[in-house]
Amino acid sequence: MSAVLRGVRALPALPSFTSLVTVVLLAAMLLIGGVFYEGFLSLQVMLNLLIDNAFLLVIAIGMGFVILSGGIDLSVGAVLALATMISAWLLQVAHWPPLAVIATVLLLGALFGGGMGLIIHLFRLQPFIVTLAGMFLARGLCYLISIESITIEDPLFVAMSQTQVPFLGGFLSPGAIIALLMLALAVWLAHFSAFGRAVYAIGGNEQSAAMMGLDVGRTKVLVYAFSGFCAALAGVLFSFYMLSGYGLHAQGAELDAIAAVVIGGTLLTGGYGYVAGALSGVLVLGTIQTLIAFDGTLSSWWTKIVIGALLFVFCVVQRVMSFRLKR
Amino acid sequence: MSVKDETRRPAPPASPASPAAAPAPAAASPAASRFAAALAHPLFRPLAALAALLLIDFFLIPGFFHLEIKDGHLYGSLVDIVNRAAPLMLAAIGMTLVIATRGIDISVGAVVALSGTVAAMLVGGTMVINNGVPEYVAQTPMALALLAAMGAALLCGLWNGALVAGLGLQPIVATLILMVAGRGLAQLLTDGQIVTVYYQPYFFLGSGYLLGLPFALFVVAAVFAVTSLLMRRTALGLFIQSVGINPVAARLAGIRTAALIVFVYVFSAACAGMAGLMISSNVKSADANNAGLLLELDAILAVTLGGTSLAGGKFSLVGSLIGALIIQTLTYTIYSLGVPPEVNMVVKSVVVFLVCISQSDQFKQLWKRRAA
Repeated sequence: MSAVLRGVRALPALPSFTSLVTVVLLAAMLLIGGVFYEGFLSLQVMLNLLIDNAFLLVIAIGMGFVILSGGIDLSVGAVLALATMISAWLLQVAHWPPLAVIATVLLLGALFGGGMGLIIHLFRLQPFIVTLAGMFLARGLCYLISIESITIEDPLFVAMSQTQVPFLGGFLSPGAIIALLMLALAVWLAHFSAFGRAVYAIGGNEQSAAMMGLDVGRTKVLVYAFSGFCAALAGVLFSFYMLSGYGLHAQGAELDAIAAVVIGGTLLTGGYGYVAGALSGVLVLGTIQTLIAFDGTLSSWWTKIVIGALLFVFCVVQRVMSFRLKR
Repeated sequence: MSVKDETRRPAPPASPASPAAAPAPAAASPAASRFAAALAHPLFRPLAALAALLLIDFFLIPGFFHLEIKDGHLYGSLVDIVNRAAPLMLAAIGMTLVIATRGIDISVGAVVALSGTVAAMLVGGTMVINNGVPEYVAQTPMALALLAAMGAALLCGLWNGALVAGLGLQPIVATLILMVAGRGLAQLLTDGQIVTVYYQPYFFLGSGYLLGLPFALFVVAAVFAVTSLLMRRTALGLFIQSVGINPVAARLAGIRTAALIVFVYVFSAACAGMAGLMISSNVKSADANNAGLLLELDAILAVTLGGTSLAGGKFSLVGSLIGALIIQTLTYTIYSLGVPPEVNMVVKSVVVFLVCISQSDQFKQLWKRRAA
């Protein structure tokens, strides 16, 4: 009995504690939903969480890397919108082949992010302000292409939006599968590659990382390029989902992504957390939305309030935990 | 104006705040050295940017500097720009103090939405037929409604301050919580509807005129005067700077860091609350979804353009006002040149990139090396 107690008391000191809290919270929310609403705990509802939030998962993965490196990227929502806009324009107006469009958009996203990373590193500017300017730039570029939304009619994109891939008795969309593959790649990058170790080291302490001989500049540029790439990929997934390009798509998505990363247990000061936490964070946000949708009587703006409250709880948990770590 | 005083005053020679952008001439005649000092003054860049914009406007927009008096009110592009910049200037004044303590407040837009909503809901305004004459009456006495709205804003500031100073959260995260939830709260109050106000006196705040000038300007002037008096004539400014430079050292030196930090967030929220009242009074309604959207980003931009470093420690209130004017003039210029408004964001972002890069030490070193 005392051993169990001691184990419980040592729990908050575990490095995976906040991630654990998220998973427990997720399970509790799903259970509450299952008790109160009929059909909530069906497999397809769970898979729909993934389908509807695939784009958010992908940008949260990129954001996870940026936050782990001690930075922040406010431009992801705008880059996502820009990616849908460029895809739509290239497909509908310039009539490019769809695969070439996707490749171009991904490359442009990575270049956009990398450019911001370069400015952040070369001029020692705050990531906050540089990516803020990047956000204005990307949204502005959207409106330069068109103020109206452009409908995508390309057969490949339409097929991607309508295909149902059988999965464990239910189905997933191709977009959700791409997001899961991206998550696998990100986990490998973060925990099993030299790049990932450099990201963690820089987030922990940039000066020590530089003294250890890590190429801080290259890693930083790569981190922002990766985030830009993720945002562009999320844009492609989003245009599979919405079949349109529009400058107002995914407004505020950067905040949802940051919220997902924080709820997923990554410390905003950098250097600490798991990339896979993005998945649990996104699922928690999605579950809140699904709960409110299933209830039907609650207004949708409750989503925002609950997300705010959750963010608060997680920040407090992180604080308490970092106090314990210091002792 | 104090703006001119600031530029004429030579920068202190050993001040780390004065950028060494201009290489001092070898044979320093008094006039040349004064010129060099003016170049090195922190307010030189923002003022030069504003002057350049105004010059462009002078050549490209006919009648830009034309002012006239209609019905006892002063009209003209310049008045229009300053009037429209009023909410942004208020938000920027508050943001300056927050940034000076090395913080950031991204909940400004949400507080704007919240205070505007509270005021609009309480004032409301219903039509009453009085002796056959339709008359609009406020639901709650207006003073009470304004007080309630400001109270809501102050509570938001207290919450932010408590999270930053009490819990020790990173400012951006602490204010992110309110940024996400604040609009939700405002929408909860209004059931997601836009609240329209039908009460004449309430419109005075946003579109009234006093002594021929927009009333909003007097509000901004009053807030600015009180703030700069507090910063210059009391030790508060010094304390805020010391917290921004090194919070631990400031605390060890006996400054009540936590109280100061709470103060700047409450102050910023109060400024945002006033901006919210102004905006909702100007558009005669409160839209929880769109009121003050991205205002926090514009305010941060104004502060940065004004030469205040995001790293905290040194700040310039006048600079922030100039920054807000630059943003508004830029918007006005773009609109009146007939450029599609969509370009506005692109231009704004390019300006931010240029200003930030030109303010960085790395760029200055590059410049110095080139000049040497």
